[in-house]
Amino acid sequence: MRRFLLIAVPYLWLVALFLIPFLIVLKISLSDIALARPPYMPQLDLSAGWEGIRSFFAALDFENFRFLTTDDLYWKAYLSSLQIALISTLLTLLVGYPIAYAMARSAPEWRPTLLMLVILPFWTSFLIRVYAWMGILANEGLLNQFLLWLGVINEPLTILNTNTAVYIGIVYTYLPFMILPIYSALERMDDSLLEAAEDLGCSRMSAFWLVTIPLSKNGIIAGCFLVFIPVIGEFVIPSLLGGSGTLMIGKVLWEEFFSNRDWPVASAVAVILLLILVIPIILFQRNEQKQREAEG
Amino acid sequence: MAQTVFAPWEDPTEKPLIQFKNVTKRFGDFTAIDDLTQDIFEKEFFALLGPSGCGKTTMMRMLAGFEAQTEGQILIAGQDMARVPPNKRAVNMMFQSYALFPHLSVWDNIAFGLKREGKDKDKIAARVEEMLRLTRLSKFAKRKPHQISGGQRQRVALARSLAKAPKLLLLDEPLGALDKKLRQDTQFELMDIQEKTGTTFVIVTHDQEEAMTVASRVAVMDEGRIIQVSTPAQIYEAPNSVYVADFIGDVNIISGRAKPEGDKVAVRWAEHQPDIIGTTSLPFADGQEIHFAIRPEKVAISAEEPQDAANKIAGKVLDIAYLGNISTYHVELPTGHVIKAQTANTRRLSRRQITWEDPVWISWTDTAGVLLER
Repeated sequence: MRRFLLIAVPYLWLVALFLIPFLIVLKISLSDIALARPPYMPQLDLSAGWEGIRSFFAALDFENFRFLTTDDLYWKAYLSSLQIALISTLLTLLVGYPIAYAMARSAPEWRPTLLMLVILPFWTSFLIRVYAWMGILANEGLLNQFLLWLGVINEPLTILNTNTAVYIGIVYTYLPFMILPIYSALERMDDSLLEAAEDLGCSRMSAFWLVTIPLSKNGIIAGCFLVFIPVIGEFVIPSLLGGSGTLMIGKVLWEEFFSNRDWPVASAVAVILLLILVIPIILFQRNEQKQREAEG
Repeated sequence: MAQTVFAPWEDPTEKPLIQFKNVTKRFGDFTAIDDLTQDIFEKEFFALLGPSGCGKTTMMRMLAGFEAQTEGQILIAGQDMARVPPNKRAVNMMFQSYALFPHLSVWDNIAFGLKREGKDKDKIAARVEEMLRLTRLSKFAKRKPHQISGGQRQRVALARSLAKAPKLLLLDEPLGALDKKLRQDTQFELMDIQEKTGTTFVIVTHDQEEAMTVASRVAVMDEGRIIQVSTPAQIYEAPNSVYVADFIGDVNIISGRAKPEGDKVAVRWAEHQPDIIGTTSLPFADGQEIHFAIRPEKVAISAEEPQDAANKIAGKVLDIAYLGNISTYHVELPTGHVIKAQTANTRRLSRRQITWEDPVWISWTDTAGVLLER
């Protein structure tokens, strides 16, 4: 009984805060837009009894999902989100791996400090940090002023409101999610493995490719998913740092919801987004499980 | 038929495989190896024995190329190794932690070094199979290291380090992680493999029993120096110092003043007690400080006074340690010294003659112990 209660807590949590909201969103996505409050039809009328429930379900349809296929804005936004997520995951990996590696190689007494420094940005509001990047990347921002002062450039670079700014913002924001799992994989690695590889004829470089990389593979995979999954639905960074050319599904969803007040279409967009995310989430879980089994 | 004893260190024409020449290694202020000179010969099973921090692991790591000496020269097969990185040395090492690659199967672990040499696939496969047979691992070729037992892992590590047929194999506490029974079996296996492959083995251990069992020569180290290098029997029977005598096995040490008497030396060790008579080839001056060391199994214990013993002292049984096959008696002398005497338990326990608090005589011959200067 106590065991049941223990398991029940997380399940209740998931049901109350994930499953029920999802069902509500799913229901809205199957409804029609209405000039009402709330702005969709039908509403469940329990006072009409059995008849009310039947007419409620009869009014639900997949029209909004069909609508998503007729306008190419949506699938272009999905694809563009995937592309931005993929590229920025790769960039985050390229920046994050060396940092994680350097941390894992540093003297043990320094490691807690370095870890702290990686986590430190979380102590400030995410929005404030993104606004700070606007100040840095703007035409008359810090970066341009610095480059002009150095004489590297003659006129300010346009970075803000381009995809470059979005990539910078995403890499900056999600870097800790990449560094931490890779660091934890590298830190657990036994140094004598590298010595063994060298002893058996590897150069430093080939020992890195043949031993370090395979042994941090699970950390790399975990880090990539931890970046990739939230970036697909990212809304704040593209809307603040990106320009009119930056098309991401999170932004489309926001506009559909707040500008058009078309809750049913916005919900349909969200449901599809969730379905897209389910695939990498399952892959991520499988990777975690495999790792646990390997450590047995 | 005269049997040739393997003792290249006694042959001045023999060329050593490894030469340490005045090697010093410092880590900051700490001197790990202190002006050490030592030769190791081909096909030797050479053991570096000492307490932790004595510099034995540093010596081994210098041979593997993981550490560079601060001063001096290390030669392997006549070649100065100063600028040779680990991956360019015909030396392989079996790590204390085994350092098996967890992401590779047993087969791939053993093949790892061979693949780096760029040999063709058939040759690699043949060599790996040979190693698997040698270490009796053929059944486990496809398993990952975490799917096999500690003893099997140890054999994989050995197979991997032998696969490249190195001139020299370094073993860093190779049996440390195994339980006692498995360890003893593996020691004989190691000796067997060493003989079969003809590889020179250098083993680092803090376990004196292990060093005695496997090695052709043992170097007892302390604080970055080699105190004594000799065969296990010599080390045990003729230690050159109290440190070595005490480190290897159990020993009774009695300190006193020397009084040379022809080819014998008498040790005056306590008033109102007969001098201890010992034999030595070392010249001792009259009145020089001297330490008499004798192994417990060479001390006889009896209830009656022995008639024809060169040395005999009366005492009282303080304690008896029953070890099954042998018993160790702790005998307290009137001077307060406690001497350990060991006898084989050839009779059943119930028929033991000597028990606690019994007055007894301990005795030994004049050649049973060794006389040491320091």
